[in-house]
Amino acid sequence: MLTLERASKTYRIGAFGGGRLVAVREADFSVAQGEVVSLIGESGSGKTTIGRMILRLISVNGGRITLDGEDIAALRGPALRAYYRVVQGVFQDPFSSFNPIFKVDHVFSLLRGLLGGGQADDGWRRRVDEALASVGLEGGQVLHKYPHQLSGGQLQRVLIARALLLDTRFLVADEIISMLDASTRIDVLNLLGDLKARGLGILFITHDLSLANYISERAIILRRGRVVESGPTTAVFGNPLHPYTQQLLGAVPRLHEKWGTGPRSGKADACCYHDTVTASPAAGQPAMVEAEPGHLVGCANLYGVCPGDTDAEVRATA
Amino acid sequence: MGLEVTDLRVYYRTLAGDVKALDGVTLGVAEGEIMGLAGESGCGKSTFGNSLIRIDGRMRHVGGSVVLDGIELPIADGDAMREYRYKLVSIIPQYAMSALNPTRRIGRMIDELLESRGVRHEEYEAELRRRLALVGLQEDVLRRYPIELSGGMKQRVVMVISTLLDPSLLIADEITSALDVSSQKAVAQTLVQFRDEGFVRAMIVVTHDVSILYQIADTLAIMYAGRLAEKAPTEELMERPLHPYTRLLISSLPEMGVRFADARLAGIPGAPPSLLNPPTGCRFRTRCPLADAECETQPPFVEVAPEHAVACWKVA
Repeated sequence: MLTLERASKTYRIGAFGGGRLVAVREADFSVAQGEVVSLIGESGSGKTTIGRMILRLISVNGGRITLDGEDIAALRGPALRAYYRVVQGVFQDPFSSFNPIFKVDHVFSLLRGLLGGGQADDGWRRRVDEALASVGLEGGQVLHKYPHQLSGGQLQRVLIARALLLDTRFLVADEIISMLDASTRIDVLNLLGDLKARGLGILFITHDLSLANYISERAIILRRGRVVESGPTTAVFGNPLHPYTQQLLGAVPRLHEKWGTGPRSGKADACCYHDTVTASPAAGQPAMVEAEPGHLVGCANLYGVCPGDTDAEVRATA
Repeated sequence: MGLEVTDLRVYYRTLAGDVKALDGVTLGVAEGEIMGLAGESGCGKSTFGNSLIRIDGRMRHVGGSVVLDGIELPIADGDAMREYRYKLVSIIPQYAMSALNPTRRIGRMIDELLESRGVRHEEYEAELRRRLALVGLQEDVLRRYPIELSGGMKQRVVMVISTLLDPSLLIADEITSALDVSSQKAVAQTLVQFRDEGFVRAMIVVTHDVSILYQIADTLAIMYAGRLAEKAPTEELMERPLHPYTRLLISSLPEMGVRFADARLAGIPGAPPSLLNPPTGCRFRTRCPLADAECETQPPFVEVAPEHAVACWKVA
C-alpha cells in the first residue's frame, strides 16, 4: 500500500527564493495493489508534483508518504534502491525520456545495477523478454533499435516495460497517453488495465476525464493543490458533488452529445473558500466529508458552513 | 463563394527524397462553414492548413489550385502570397502560446503588425477593444507582456489578432490541444462565435481531437497518409461513418461512460505508412480488415450520398 498522509509541497519562487508557492496541500489518499487510481486536475493543480514526490524526485515539505507503513523520505542507500525496485514512473513525453544515443537494450541494461549484482545473463534476458511480452512487444522488434527508429506508442510501451523489469508493484503514470495518437492511445490504456489485473497498483495522472473514467477504479479530483473530491470513479463521475467537478465534467467534449449552452467562462464556479484558500494557506479549508460510502467531497456549501451567502455573489460575478 | 481546393499536392524536400505530405486533396468549404479536419500525426492535416497560407518555406507546391472567393491564391510563391496573407486568409498557428513576441507588450505588437500590413492602427483601436471584451479579456492585456498571461489568455489574444482584419478564411491549427478542458471549451466556442459575428467567413479547424470537432464543426474531413479518406456533415459522419479507417478511429475513442471493466475498446493495429515512399493503391490497406486485391489500385474520392464523399472500394 502506497499512502500519502497529509503530504504537502511548497516551492520557493522568485529571485532569492523569497516567495512561496503551495503546490500540493495536505494530499491524503492511498493506492493499493491491483487498482488504478486516477489523479485528475488542470495544469498547475499539483498533480505532477504529487507523482514526483512519490518517486522521490522532489522532497515532501509537510506530512509524509509511506510504502507499507515506512516513511519514504528516510530511505537511504540500499533501502532507497529497494524502494525503486518496487515503485517506478513513466512520463508524458516518450521522445525526450530516452537518451538518443543508447539502443533500447542498453537502456534496459542500465537497470541491472539497481537489481543488485548476481544477475546471470540468462536470467536477465528472460526478465527482459517477459517485460517486453507483457507490453505486447517482441525483443527482436525493439531491442536493437535507437529511440528515433520507434514510434511514440512503441517508445511508451518500452518505457513501461523498463519499469516492469524490476519487481515493480506501483507505477506512477504521468500523462503517458497525451502525446500518443488516437489509434494507439487506447492500446496503451488497455495495457494499464492488464497490468492492474496482474496486481500492479497504478497512479494514473491525467487531465483527460474520459480516459480516467475508462480505466480507473477510483478518481481523485485535484484543484489548486487540494483534493476537492475523491471516491469510486462511478460515484465521482456519475454523481459529482463539488461544483468544480461538475464544471469539469460539463466541459468535456462528448461524441454524441453537444455542449450545453451554459456560461462560456473558463473560470471555475468557485466554492466560497476559493479566494481565501489561495490568498493564505492557513485560512479556512473545508474538511472532506463522506457524502456516500467512500465518496469524499471538500466543499463548504454542502453542509452549510459557508459564511453568509458569498457563494451566490461569486456565482453572480463569474 | 467560399474555398475550392482542387487536387492539391504539396511535398517536402528532404535529403532522402520528397515527402509527399499532401497527395491530391480536393475539397470545398462553403461560406459560413466550419470544417473540421482530423487525422493522426503525420497525416498531412497541418500541411494542408499551412499550405493554404504558405507559411513554411520548405514546402514545394507540386500541383493543384486553391481558389478563395473567386481569387486564385498564388500558394506556390511565398512573396506573392504576402498580399493575401492575414487579410484574405489568416491562421491561428499551432502552439499559439509561443507565437507572441516575448519582448513586446501585446498592444505594441499589434500596432506593429497592423502597420506592416499598411493599416493605420488607430482605425482598429475601437474594434480591437470590442473584440477583446468579446472573448473575455480586459483592456489592460494590451499593456502586458505575453509572459504575464496564462495559456488560455494568450490563445485568445492570438485569436483576436489573427481575425482582426476580417479574413475570408481562417485556419485554426491544433489550437485547443495544449489547453485544459474548461479553457478548451471556451476557446472552441469562441471560434463559433467569431463565425457567427462574421469576423471570418469560412474556417478550417485542424485537430486530432474528433470530439472537439463534433462540438463545433459543420462538416468533418478525415485524412489518412496525405489523402482524404472521408468527408461528410458532422452528424452524418458520426452516425454513419463509411470508410473503415473512420469507423475504427471513432470506435477507438474512449467516450464518457465507456469503462475498461465493461467494454474493452480496441486501437488500430499497425502504423501509418511512410510518406517518403507511400505504397501504391489505398494507403490504409495494410491496416484495413476489409482489404483485398482490389485495394491495390487507388480508390477515387467520390460522393456516395449527398455531401458524403469516401475513398474506399468497399463502400458501394
